[in-house]
Amino acid sequence: MYVEGFRSMTVGRSLWIMIALKLIIIFAVLKLFFFPDLLSTSYDTDTERAAAVRSAMTSR
Amino acid sequence: MNDLLSTVDWSRAQFALTAMYHWLFVPLTIGLSLIVAIMESIYVRTGKERWKSITKFWMTLFGINFACGVATGIILEFEFGTNWSNYSWFVGDIFGAPLAIEGIVAFFMEATFVAVMFFGWGKVSRRFHLVSTWLVAVGVSLSALWILVANAWMQYPVGMQFDPAQMRNVMDDFAAVALSPVALNKFFHAVTSSWVVGGVFVIGVSSWLLWRKRNVEVARDSITIAAWVSLAGIIFTMWTGDGSAVEVARVQPMKLAAMEGLYDGKQGQELVGFGLVNPDKKPGDDKQAIFAEISIPYGLSILANHDMNSFVPGINDLINGVSINAEGDTINTVSYAERIAMGKQARTALADYGKAQAAGDSAAMAEAYTRLMPNYKYFGYGYLSAPEDAVPNVPMTFYAFRIMVIIGGYLLALALLGIVCTRWKAAWLEKRWFHIVGILSIPLVWVCSQAGWVLAEVGRQPWVIQDLMPTGVAISDISASSVQLTFWLFAILFTLMLAAEVSIMLRYINRTSKTDIINNSKL
Repeated sequence: MYVEGFRSMTVGRSLWIMIALKLIIIFAVLKLFFFPDLLSTSYDTDTERAAAVRSAMTSR
Repeated sequence: MNDLLSTVDWSRAQFALTAMYHWLFVPLTIGLSLIVAIMESIYVRTGKERWKSITKFWMTLFGINFACGVATGIILEFEFGTNWSNYSWFVGDIFGAPLAIEGIVAFFMEATFVAVMFFGWGKVSRRFHLVSTWLVAVGVSLSALWILVANAWMQYPVGMQFDPAQMRNVMDDFAAVALSPVALNKFFHAVTSSWVVGGVFVIGVSSWLLWRKRNVEVARDSITIAAWVSLAGIIFTMWTGDGSAVEVARVQPMKLAAMEGLYDGKQGQELVGFGLVNPDKKPGDDKQAIFAEISIPYGLSILANHDMNSFVPGINDLINGVSINAEGDTINTVSYAERIAMGKQARTALADYGKAQAAGDSAAMAEAYTRLMPNYKYFGYGYLSAPEDAVPNVPMTFYAFRIMVIIGGYLLALALLGIVCTRWKAAWLEKRWFHIVGILSIPLVWVCSQAGWVLAEVGRQPWVIQDLMPTGVAISDISASSVQLTFWLFAILFTLMLAAEVSIMLRYINRTSKTDIINNSKL
């Protein structure tokens, strides 16, 4: 139904191109290069993450 | 320190930008889905093909908006992990669950039935198609439920137990979180206000059709439906808005005081209809708080407590820990100075707990725990330098509230006007003043909707989690410049995308309205 529906669309081919572009920018550019999950990437274990958060929260 | 504050401000600005952008699409999705479902119900019930065409016209607009809104919310979740990592860790156990359910509900329910809704015409039975359309409408509202449950928990954190070993608030009562009165009220308020957005959008676009004398019958029929949906929506919005005020008075009294510009409360407190906030007014001084005040006697006491003689505390009362009970006696509550002291004890205990844990000293951990938990409910106050730090931005919350309510009153009048025009005064639909009113109402309804969120989120400051975590503690240890970069990236990207998306919508309306919508087989 999706394939046939998209094929027969009269409105929004340009819309879907724009949506695809938006998704690529969001997931392939922004997420990868600008929005790392800091705690996941900076620490290996939950114990380390908890310690980091505690340190941040008790030192501010 | 300056860099930290700058990081906080830029992170807040970025979240506000992305959240408000997301909220441009969501209310129209919710509102239009209901209107389209009602229109299709009329088609199936009456069998009149004209209603099928009208439904498909608005359904396409729903689809454009739906597609444009895709993935605008996911950016907020990116920001949780990058800009707000302390917050994410601290509350992830609770916050994550509603967001996960939202994603699952959104994906399975909407994605499944939206395909039938858009592409199933003539391929499935009319009844099945109608059920699919209603399920899309229900699905988008259910998605909203879970995100609002998460937001409500920030305003009124319940159903959890703090675990200092994990540095997490662990959910121990899902029902308390999901069925929180703050959450339920917020959900119905947000959804019914979205009905108004959808209704006013249809009225506005239809007004343009009438202005251009295109598809006049389509416009009239659409206004008929939209006006009734808007009326129902605004009445329920006002009712749930009253409920919101009661909840805010109960769990966030400082937000209520700030949005009223109220510093010294009293029994039988008046409600400020409008006025000008004195920007120089500070807690504890004797400057006038509101200039040119137009107030409603007893209004705030009725709004907050449904009791015209009840006491409503002002900012100074809350800071000083003063209240008045039903018998008129002055009583003491917990002053903000006391809260700060308890908060600092909790922070010290938490630090001690961490050191003991690192040293493997179970006895010291247990001792620190006994100092932490009795003071945990005021943990966030331990970060404040002075009680005045707990006061949100009074002018912003004051004006946001009034913008929301005043425009809301106007929208009630608009809905009634639409009903009057379609039932008794059809000639008014041909008048230029009606067309202008309808079209200009489109941006107004969005301003109203956004103002509500500004009130909710600015009014809860300095808290990201009421009483437990100030916004400044929630952010990650990242540079302000990196947040600035992504802020401007978003600002440029969103502006371009919004312009493109609006132009697609306008082009569709213009192009399709030049055809005979009722007999247009290509819809």
